[in-house]
Amino acid sequence: MRAFSYQRASSIEEAAKAAVGTEGAKFIAGGTNLLDLMKLEIETPTHLIDVNGLGLDRVEPTPEGGLRIGALVRNTDLAADERIRRDYALLSRALLAGASAQLRNRATTAGNLLQRTRCPYFYDTNQPCNKRQPGSGCAALAGFSRQLAVVGVSDACIASHPSDMAVAMRVLDAAVETVRADGTRRSIPIAELHRLPGDTPHIEHVLERSELITAVVLPKPLGGKQIYRKVRDRASYAFALVSIGAVVQPDGTGRVAIGGIAPKPWREEAVDNELANGAKAAAAKLLANARPTEQNAFKLTLVERTLSAVLAEARG
Amino acid sequence: MRFDKPATTNPIDQLKVVGQPIHRVDGPLKTTGRAVYAYEWHDPNNRYAYGYVVGSAIAKGRIKSIDVTAARRAPGVIAVVTSDGVGELKKGKYNTAKLFGGREIQHYHQAIAVVVAETFEEARAAAALVKVDYIEEKGAFDLAAAKDTAVKPEEGGSDSAAGDFDAAFETAPVKLDQVYTTPDQSHAMMEPHASIAAWNGEELTVWTSSQMIDWWRTDLATTLGIDKAKVHVMSPFVGGGFGAKLFLRADAVLAALAAREAKRPVKVALPRPFLMNNTTHRPATIQRIRIGAERDGRITAIAHESWSGDLPGGGPEVAVQQTRLLYAGENRMTAMRLATLDLPEGNAMRAPGEAPGMMALEIAIDEMAERLGHDPVEFRIVNDTQVDPENPERPFSHRNLVACLRTGAERFGWQDRSKQPGGRREGNWLVGMGVASAFRNNLLVPSGARVRLDREGIVTVETDMTDIGTGSYTIIAQTAAEMLGVPIDKVAVRLGDSRFPVSSGSGGQFGGNCSTAGVYAACIKLREAVAQRLGFNNAEGLVFARGEVRAGERSMSLAQAASDEVLVAEDRIEFGKLAETHQQSTFGAHFVEVGVDVATGETRIRRMLAVCAAGRILNPITARSQVIGAMTMGVGAALSEELVVDKERGFFVNHDLAAYEVPVHADVPHQEVAFLDETDPISSPMKAKGIAELGLCGVAAAAANAIYNATGIRVRDYPITLDKLIKGLPELS
Repeated sequence: MRAFSYQRASSIEEAAKAAVGTEGAKFIAGGTNLLDLMKLEIETPTHLIDVNGLGLDRVEPTPEGGLRIGALVRNTDLAADERIRRDYALLSRALLAGASAQLRNRATTAGNLLQRTRCPYFYDTNQPCNKRQPGSGCAALAGFSRQLAVVGVSDACIASHPSDMAVAMRVLDAAVETVRADGTRRSIPIAELHRLPGDTPHIEHVLERSELITAVVLPKPLGGKQIYRKVRDRASYAFALVSIGAVVQPDGTGRVAIGGIAPKPWREEAVDNELANGAKAAAAKLLANARPTEQNAFKLTLVERTLSAVLAEARG
Repeated sequence: MRFDKPATTNPIDQLKVVGQPIHRVDGPLKTTGRAVYAYEWHDPNNRYAYGYVVGSAIAKGRIKSIDVTAARRAPGVIAVVTSDGVGELKKGKYNTAKLFGGREIQHYHQAIAVVVAETFEEARAAAALVKVDYIEEKGAFDLAAAKDTAVKPEEGGSDSAAGDFDAAFETAPVKLDQVYTTPDQSHAMMEPHASIAAWNGEELTVWTSSQMIDWWRTDLATTLGIDKAKVHVMSPFVGGGFGAKLFLRADAVLAALAAREAKRPVKVALPRPFLMNNTTHRPATIQRIRIGAERDGRITAIAHESWSGDLPGGGPEVAVQQTRLLYAGENRMTAMRLATLDLPEGNAMRAPGEAPGMMALEIAIDEMAERLGHDPVEFRIVNDTQVDPENPERPFSHRNLVACLRTGAERFGWQDRSKQPGGRREGNWLVGMGVASAFRNNLLVPSGARVRLDREGIVTVETDMTDIGTGSYTIIAQTAAEMLGVPIDKVAVRLGDSRFPVSSGSGGQFGGNCSTAGVYAACIKLREAVAQRLGFNNAEGLVFARGEVRAGERSMSLAQAASDEVLVAEDRIEFGKLAETHQQSTFGAHFVEVGVDVATGETRIRRMLAVCAAGRILNPITARSQVIGAMTMGVGAALSEELVVDKERGFFVNHDLAAYEVPVHADVPHQEVAFLDETDPISSPMKAKGIAELGLCGVAAAAANAIYNATGIRVRDYPITLDKLIKGLPELS
């Protein structure tokens, strides 16, 4: 870990100002991922701006009938929120499928979206990794890739996004509200938050430097049967090999997003129309441009079979 | 005391304290945080400095140059020690790779420097500034690719044969010829390796986390080139080891060198990612098993060959040794071949050899039972042997595998197992049951102890035995309490200190039986001293009970024997030829029920049972704890644990506990353990044997066999992850 300075921000303006004014500054909220990365010198911020005091920790109704989730709402609190459990059960289930109770107590809504890949080569600073050190190469392509992405990948990077929560947010069409350094605010659809790696896998999202997520907004409830199915080697405390978030309506229409297979939660709106035709057709469309490695090709079958089980559960 | 005749009745047989379910005596220290582990020793008069290890970034090659200029200038840095600076170090007897590499790099994360600073954080930050130029060389990292280059290991014992295997196998009416693989595995114990070293002139004290105090002391002296008498090793509490702490490791060597350079006590802990590549691991194996049998189920021919790899100078994973002893069969052969690999050092991990060997053998037995159309429990029973099958004149000291299998089958509800694989479905779960024999040899290692009696009647036991979470403190206290007729709270046990008599240490499941036998020997001597001091003619026939010593009508208080001065007795148990004349082993049966998700292939354990026959159980609580821990490790071996080799770059990629998946609570829902009530008088005066590794041997195969029973898919490559099942699962509607 490199030495860094630290400040506690008491307002969004103060946080933004500090971020703009300090080269190498980073926001810290729960710190469940950032601190690990700093210890390994994968992240080397020179200055940390602690945003935990900004009060963005409430879940409030929106005029549109949805919910605005403060950026700092902890994963545990969000999963336990009565409105979330009732109207967005998918989200509650996805949250509880992630990490451990201790980590969820600390981890925040915004931080969860911005957590970084768990590709083992990204975590080992002796190894080449285009995401950690642009231009150094990708050791995962010919190396240990079982856990990594099969779609949305590039020759530069096959890292997968590790979040469960983000998969649910993607199904629910959440929007990310931010404030930029100049004080202007914007709303980013979750579909557009994360970027695919292309030639620049180190750039993972569309946020500008010093842009701060203030809330995640859920549209009004979708109803339907809400399922989050996470497939993993051990029963708890493991990242998804494949996960499926689904909302299925009584008439068989619905929405589905897949985790564990791409650099971002993987959803194609066009596939939603295929759901009534069964898992095979839907999975084929979702994975049409898949480029698996020998080690993770099983995920193609796994997506189809898991989706099949999810749809069966929804019907049942 | 020399133990060369089977034990007869002795004070242990009273079982007033020994054999009782006594909670561990060091429990309160641990639950209240007062048990001091290696890294936590703190003397307010010392100003500790902190060392951080720099590990090699390449797997094989040479260091062209190390530039420590920036590191030395970093805030708080006291010293940077590189192997250039300390000169050539000797290698300890038990180490294969050098703990502090020279210019030649033998494996990834081999220690090449240690940075010492005022704080841990400063040391870690400065360590990242050490610049190393390497000349990388190509290495061999792939066991399968290197298999054909494997040779017969130099030290003997790699091969065995009896009868004529080839001829018998050729003519056997029912045959099996299969290959199984087991991966490299990591000990992944909770407490990483950690040491504090302090020099006082030429004398070195090391507080560390060691299973074997005397091995560490000897090898540390050898490595540093100093007199063993000047080295003092302390390790009273150990947060798990599983074999990772049998042999001297880099943390102790680096702490000693760093402390000499810094002229202050230095703490060095290996960061978690170093555990997998800096230390040792259980080596991967490729195993070929051939079995031939008559149609009635009797095995006529059995062969087990195993290939493993290690660094030059290392040894093979002895995966075939249980096959030499477990089942009958006149014609047999085993062989081990060793390839040179440039991966980190392979070495002992809980049930070394036995665990991976049984992972393969006990699938093979299940497959063979199926070919014969026999029940897997009955097939094992038909092939039971009461003698060493390679040397039939050599009996087992005591062997009750059959009762383990039968008892287990009944308790587990084995008769409900579907005879047809894939025949039982509950909702989305395909449900199956599997069985495997458990079998681990009982090793005998000399063990010494010193026992003191004071005027308060307090008995203090001192031995360099370690408690690695196993319960040594407790069973040793029970032993002394039984021998001297005092309540257990009158016994103080002091362990893990090289000033105490050399013990068996903790390894190879020999620690429980041997260390208590050593305490038994010392207590016999103390009883004699007490008898003499109290004016009894001799110790024989004396009754030690309720704090008193009694012969006929005459009774004296035990404490009175020490009224003038503390009574001290020391002895050491040594074992005669009983281990040669008799095969001493421990036995059991593992039963596992699994559910396999019909869609995803995820396997989840539903329940497990182990029935063990391992001589006298000294404490059913701590013994059970050992067995359920081992069963859990077996679940990991079956379903998730694998050090993944990057075959290009030559290292274990998943080098932390996020990526090397050991079971979590949710993976282990229900475990049951039963011990057969037995003793083995040929083993020791305690009539006990080991238990801690028996609990692991066979578990993974029982799970593998259960998965086969659930799905009809036979996986012979561990771990059995869903990607190996998914293509074979039923079509989904």
